[in-house]
Amino acid sequence: MTNTFEFVGNVSRFGLRGFVDLFRRPFEGGQIGRQLAEVGAKSLPLVIASGFALGAVLTLHTRSTLVTFGAASLIPTIQALAFFVEIGPLVVALLVAGRVGSGIGAVLANMRATEQIDGIESLSIDSFKFLVVPRIVACVLALPLLTLFMDFSGLLGGFLAERAASGISFQLFLTRAFSAFEWSNFVPPTFKTAVFGLIIGTVSSYFGYTTNRGAQGVGQAATNSVVVSSLLILVTDVILIKAIFFMFPENAL
Amino acid sequence: MTGSNTAAVAFEQVSKSFGAKQVLRNVSFEVPAGQALCILGRSGTGKSVTLKLIISLLKPDSGNIWIEQDEITRLKAHELSKVRRKMGFLFQDAALFDSLTLYENLALPLLRLTRKSRQEVDFVVDKVLRQVGLKTDENKMPSELSGGMRKRAGLARALVLEPKILLADEPSSGLDRITAAEIDELMLEQKAQHRTTLIIVTHDVHGARRVGDRIAVFDKGNLIAHGTAAEVAASENEVARNLISEQ
Repeated sequence: MTNTFEFVGNVSRFGLRGFVDLFRRPFEGGQIGRQLAEVGAKSLPLVIASGFALGAVLTLHTRSTLVTFGAASLIPTIQALAFFVEIGPLVVALLVAGRVGSGIGAVLANMRATEQIDGIESLSIDSFKFLVVPRIVACVLALPLLTLFMDFSGLLGGFLAERAASGISFQLFLTRAFSAFEWSNFVPPTFKTAVFGLIIGTVSSYFGYTTNRGAQGVGQAATNSVVVSSLLILVTDVILIKAIFFMFPENAL
Repeated sequence: MTGSNTAAVAFEQVSKSFGAKQVLRNVSFEVPAGQALCILGRSGTGKSVTLKLIISLLKPDSGNIWIEQDEITRLKAHELSKVRRKMGFLFQDAALFDSLTLYENLALPLLRLTRKSRQEVDFVVDKVLRQVGLKTDENKMPSELSGGMRKRAGLARALVLEPKILLADEPSSGLDRITAAEIDELMLEQKAQHRTTLIIVTHDVHGARRVGDRIAVFDKGNLIAHGTAAEVAASENEVARNLISEQ
């Protein structure tokens, strides 16, 4: 228990240092751009493919039940709400935790093991600001964007599965999909992924940057980054959903 | 002691432990500016820790460390950054950034820490790469370089900010004798041309005799001998005498 509190305290302090350093010169624009490409652009194929497949599967599963109750016309609505409200944000966060979180943990731990971080410090460059801050910022910025791609690719996958079954037109699918849609179904869930990005960037960087176990620490940092990030994302999601329901009560109905 | 006027680096009663293991015990020495000190000793006797204390990658448990006129053990981060600018560090495995090309490795500190234009940066990188004989390899990634080339690249990066003090951690380890001699030669050239102070941790006694104006011998965290090669060879300490007369 003490270890858990100590860990939470250390990660929080680590994240706070990242936040403070973000506003100190130099602003690391180049590094942030490079990390955005790594976190965002390189995750895009995985996110789009997963969204597409999940959309198709969701339609295939819900169709038979809804047809039984004569509610087949609700399939696009359910599809859109499910993806924009929960599936998109959560699945993107878990996918990125797996792909990017492990990468950040392993890269930083390897840099520590091979004295590259000491090398940066020896050149009078603040290694935390140079290596950690851009990774956290990139995760925070990339997650909401990746969520949009997940949402729309899921919708496309759902549409194609539904079209194959019922021959529905794209226009009608879209009209039904967004018929019961409010901005509050879209904006808060999408932006909550920035918090997931903060968790992935901070936790993964913490495990990678603070390891001191040589080559063994590299694998350990990668594993811990994924496991702890994923767990924190799931727990935080519950808290954020309650917060969204509190701020937008109509969503809770 | 407040660090004598001519000393580039001075240790005053420095101790350092990692957990229960004490790696340095009340170590004191001075390195005059423009001279070369070679630190010899068995593995695990605190040689590399000494270098990391000098560049403040580690903090001592007690004692003072002077870099010219600055006592560095209690400096704040921004003050420390200024002191570190006086030093270059050649790591044992070069510690080049593996995601950057050789050119980018050298250009990085110049672009971040100086006000040089792109053209000036290109000029400096070009000059240093020629100096270490790696001009044609500037677009290679560190993983594409051989052991000797990596060492030379590490040396080039350590020299790119024109440091007053060059620290080298086992520059000859893993290299054949000819390549090791080339690295020694490059460091001596730097010392002769720019009056750079050299502090070199090494197991190569032959190299230490050739490069070092003075030699320090560490054993079990203690500085057991310090002086010219002849003085260390005539030392009362048997471990130091045996070590300097190896090879």
